[in-house]
Amino acid sequence: MPVAATADSHATLSPTRRLDPAAAAIELVDVSFSYDTRPILRGITMTVPRGKIVAIMGASGSGKTTILRLIGGQLKPKKGKVLVGGQSVSDLEPDALYALRRKFGMLFQFGALFTDMTVFENIAFPMREHTELTESMIRDLVLMKLDAVGLRGAAQLMPSELSGGMGRRVALARAIALDPMLVMYDEPFAGLDPISLAVVGQLIRRLNDALGITSIVVTHDVYESLKIVDYLYFVSEGKIVASGTPDEVRASSDPFVRQFVDGQPDGPVRFHYPAPPYHKALLADVE
Amino acid sequence: MSDLALALRRLGGTVTGGVARLGYMARFLGAILWQTPMAFRRLHLTVREIYFSGVLSLVIILMSGLFVGMVLALQGYEVLQRYGAQEQLGLVVALSLVRELAPVIGGLLFASRAGSAITAEIGLMKATEQLSAMEMMAVDPIARVVAPRFWAGVVSMPLLAALFSAFGIFGGYLIGVRMIEIDAGAFWGQMQAGVKVWPDITNGVIKSIVFGAAVSLIAVLEGYDAKPTAEGVSSATTRTVVISSLAILALDFVLTAFMFRGVGL
Repeated sequence: MPVAATADSHATLSPTRRLDPAAAAIELVDVSFSYDTRPILRGITMTVPRGKIVAIMGASGSGKTTILRLIGGQLKPKKGKVLVGGQSVSDLEPDALYALRRKFGMLFQFGALFTDMTVFENIAFPMREHTELTESMIRDLVLMKLDAVGLRGAAQLMPSELSGGMGRRVALARAIALDPMLVMYDEPFAGLDPISLAVVGQLIRRLNDALGITSIVVTHDVYESLKIVDYLYFVSEGKIVASGTPDEVRASSDPFVRQFVDGQPDGPVRFHYPAPPYHKALLADVE
Repeated sequence: MSDLALALRRLGGTVTGGVARLGYMARFLGAILWQTPMAFRRLHLTVREIYFSGVLSLVIILMSGLFVGMVLALQGYEVLQRYGAQEQLGLVVALSLVRELAPVIGGLLFASRAGSAITAEIGLMKATEQLSAMEMMAVDPIARVVAPRFWAGVVSMPLLAALFSAFGIFGGYLIGVRMIEIDAGAFWGQMQAGVKVWPDITNGVIKSIVFGAAVSLIAVLEGYDAKPTAEGVSSATTRTVVISSLAILALDFVLTAFMFRGVGL
């Protein structure tokens, strides 16, 4: 599926290339963020086109989840702007922010299902909170959402009775409960067996196309992402180091992208955590 | 830097940290009160928490009340009989329970049983991102999770303290009247004549409401503020019990000092 890209395809992917902002559902413009003095994101600029699936990839701790929290307004950028549908999220009043979040769905890394509620009640939760639907309508809608993820038969189970893959699918059903315009997926493939992983991947693609939503997938699973997404951003040490379509990524000779795609232990992302020279550390007690 | 300067700096840091924490607690209480109308719109949530905090604490409260009353009767009789005042046993047991022991011991037990459970539950909800999920679904966790648990504690505590007193008095009756064979009429009559609704019972109720609010506030705050790790939740739970217990004892002194009328001040 083609993406509204402005640059031509080339072997080394440009980190600064921008998709067509006119088609953007989400835009991050020169966004920086830090926890106290520890910088997490440095000058991130990215565009998520409406109706597309965009993956944000990078090693653990590279700042991927922070980007989702900035888009959801749970964190505020120290610099730059996060625009959702043209509105700056960090400038919204609490009521407006909550109104915006009603248009969002989010799948958390480990599902974040409410452990004191059944699967049915988990999915009914946003409907009960934000709508005045009758019980019979809520029941029908919940069963439809559960059917979409293949778990209608698990409606009365508790979250503790679900496998990891089933839990992720229930969380996905809850994320789309109110037919959102944007769904954010935080590591949807982490810890899943190959079958569950493929099922979740296909569900993300199918739901995105069927409901016409925009999706952002934060992940480090390169193979599954290349199968389902329209566009990828690579984040390292808080910066976007490369971006492109799946075909461009496969053909790329960019050292970071190659290290990530080929799973090489060393490269631009160092295997060793920064430390003094090895011989000095070993001889420290002798000296 | 000299040891003295270092010690002073640490002391200063502890004091300013404590004051900042108190300020944070006050703001958190303000947020709970602000969200209370929203929380009460779904009253079943508060009722459910009253069941978890109050009803499920009944066994430990009733058993403790019974034994405390029995011990009070034994100890009280031992002292009163020296002065030939054993008929006053009912009054001593009732006043000790209603004014002091039921709110304080009930509060301490409530902190250990319900307070720790509230902190652990909210802390685990935070660690498993359930609170974040709620925020992202545009549902305020203060209104949905915190406020119902806070108000459940405020409502449960005086009821539990009243039941503690009732079972304590029953325990005192079992020992005083049934075992030691004090005259039942004297036991109940002295109690009826000596225990006043105001100030004895009212002061006890005020104390238990204050302790319930303090324990619940500390429990929900520690859970909400816990580090989202296993260790963080465990230390938050411990902190709830320790801080709540100290708060109950300190508040008891302050409240008793305000309520004290014995020296004509």
